[in-house]
Amino acid sequence: MTSILLYIQHVDGKVLKGTLSALTAARELKGPWKADTIVGIALGPGAQSAAQEMLSYGLSSARYSEDALFQRYRAEPYARAIALAARETSASTVVALASSTGKDVLPRVAVLLDAAQASDIIGVNGDGSVRRPMYAGNIIAEVELSVPHRVVTVRSTAFAPALQEGGGSECSELSLAGDPELHEQPRFGEVVGYEISKADRPELSDASVVVSGGRALGSAENFEKVVFPLADAFGAAIGASRAAVDSGYAPNDWQVGQTGKVVAPNLYISVGISGAIQHLAGMKDSKVIVAINKDPDAPIFEIADYGLVADLFAVAPELTEKVLGLRS
Amino acid sequence: MKILVPVKRVPDWQIKLKLLPDGSGIQTDGIKWILNTFDEIAVEEAIRLKEKGVVTEIVLVSIGPEEVRARLEYALAMGADSAILIKHDGPADSDLASRAIAEVFKKGDYSMIMLGKQAIDSDANQTAQLVAARLNLPQACFASKVVVEGGAATVTREVDGGLETIKVPLPCVVSTDLRLNEPRYAALPNLMKAKKKPFEVITLDSLGVSADVKVRVRGLSTPSARKAGRKVSSVQELVEALQNEAKVL
Ligand SMILES: Cc1cc2nc3c(=O)[nH]c(=O)nc-3n(C[C@H](O)[C@H](O)[C@H](O)COP(=O)(O)OP(=O)(O)OC[C@H]3O[C@@H](n4cnc5c(N)ncnc54)[C@H](O)[C@@H]3O)c2cc1C
Ligand SMILES: Nc1ncnc2c1ncn2[C@@H]1O[C@H](COP(=O)(O)O)[C@@H](O)[C@H]1O
Repeated sequence: MTSILLYIQHVDGKVLKGTLSALTAARELKGPWKADTIVGIALGPGAQSAAQEMLSYGLSSARYSEDALFQRYRAEPYARAIALAARETSASTVVALASSTGKDVLPRVAVLLDAAQASDIIGVNGDGSVRRPMYAGNIIAEVELSVPHRVVTVRSTAFAPALQEGGGSECSELSLAGDPELHEQPRFGEVVGYEISKADRPELSDASVVVSGGRALGSAENFEKVVFPLADAFGAAIGASRAAVDSGYAPNDWQVGQTGKVVAPNLYISVGISGAIQHLAGMKDSKVIVAINKDPDAPIFEIADYGLVADLFAVAPELTEKVLGLRS
Repeated sequence: MKILVPVKRVPDWQIKLKLLPDGSGIQTDGIKWILNTFDEIAVEEAIRLKEKGVVTEIVLVSIGPEEVRARLEYALAMGADSAILIKHDGPADSDLASRAIAEVFKKGDYSMIMLGKQAIDSDANQTAQLVAARLNLPQACFASKVVVEGGAATVTREVDGGLETIKVPLPCVVSTDLRLNEPRYAALPNLMKAKKKPFEVITLDSLGVSADVKVRVRGLSTPSARKAGRKVSSVQELVEALQNEAKVL
């Protein structure tokens, strides 16, 4: 019996939607990688209810630990606990969402399990090879993981969230006694500060509409004055280009692109963004793309469904007004 | 303190990549190569730590073919002190790089390894974490600020949701994010002087590292292109299209 272990990412017990996409990838891997079951592990405050919830998505069992070691995410104890859970559930594969946590922790798990890792997978082939983007999404590679233990991170935009289906009922606490080194983990340091950006809008990674602003906004004040109301009119999450983030118009975790977040909403509206390949890497799988740019030759128009060549300071507020008018 | 900075040579991100006809790789004849963007940031950060008097010696290491020498010389010209080229012509995944880097670390008396968060060719984002796990060291990945003081590094990390600051004891592994710094350019005279800096060429064999890769690339393809839509001439036309055609409003 071998299984696939899903690392259940959650915030205070609320499972991230991306975890459900990771589960879909795990289900697709199950056949080609000859696994019998999919099991889960959740860590940190709220882990028990997250693990419990995931049982209704067809996991045959789930482990959790709310031990003080996991109060705050830290790569070292989390990696050891995930590896411990993998050994206890005879998992030869560990799957996680490619969030900043997933990217940070899974390679450490790979070393502990002597596994090979494929990052950010976007597809599974029948023969067990997986597809993943390289070179800012310009190239898709088909890769094989040539060792018995495997670890993958999953790009959530490429897999639909799993639906509920009957599963197991075994939700049990992970016994930390299985890894004596776990309790030495505090020597690896501690979290001393945390700056969360305001979260009164939908989460960028799973919003159905995203409005993104670029360098053309010119200042943080303009970004707030032009992009915020447009986003709020659509009930959208806000994204930004690297140039906008680097210039301090928007916080770092709004960056969309090769080295930021990857999004694929129903509607993506880019405002004053040129459409550099690194930006496109993070949004070109959106269903409908709207671009507002005053340069008719801006590369963003090569992928936009609807392009409006205009000064954003004139048309973005007008669009905000019109959409608000329709909504009221 | 001594710092180890692993750097990788990658195709310039400004060029349009072409696949070999059989899809076994990209066409590399005559293309321009650069130091991986994140690695240039790592080199810059190491130099700044040296300028602050925290770091005393910056050692570069790269796993790759002889041609990587030019990129290492560039980083030496920026201000690194010496370089180790681990000559290897075959495929190298993050795992292989991490095994080699870990062995180099063990041979020197290093207090920190600073890598890029991801190589912009493979976009793997693994090596720093793999190195840290192999050496059982703390990791501080996706750094946008690094302060070294009293035997510890305080690192601000770019994470989903915002910024997180962690304090980890040395030795540790740091991976750089884009906003850590803006790398300097190497001045021309320094490029000449760089050729005189210590430069060691070794093999994987000499480190006892096997050349096996765990992630085998079987073939490459280009994603299907998204086709361009149309231009609209007014906000009114846009709103109507979103309502009636795209049906997203
Ligand atoms: C390794 C690496 C990784 C990167 N990762 C990312 C990433 O993850 N995400 C990302 O976004 N970028 C990334 N970049 C940067 C990327 O290459 C571009 O530099 C960046 O996306 C440009 O941002 P921008 O479009 O806002 O700015 P610009 O390219 O300066 O474009 C501004 C646009 O606004 C238009 N404009 C100006 N004024 C107006 C106006 N009044 N009304 C309407 N339009 C106007 C201009 O015509 C122009 O097209 C990366 C680069 C590198 C090297
Ligand atoms: N062949 C290599 N030689 C030296 N350093 C490397 C090599 N491959 C990766 N690295 C380092 O690891 C970082 C992350 O690469 P990766 O995890 O492969 O995306 C890079 O930014 C480099 O600092």
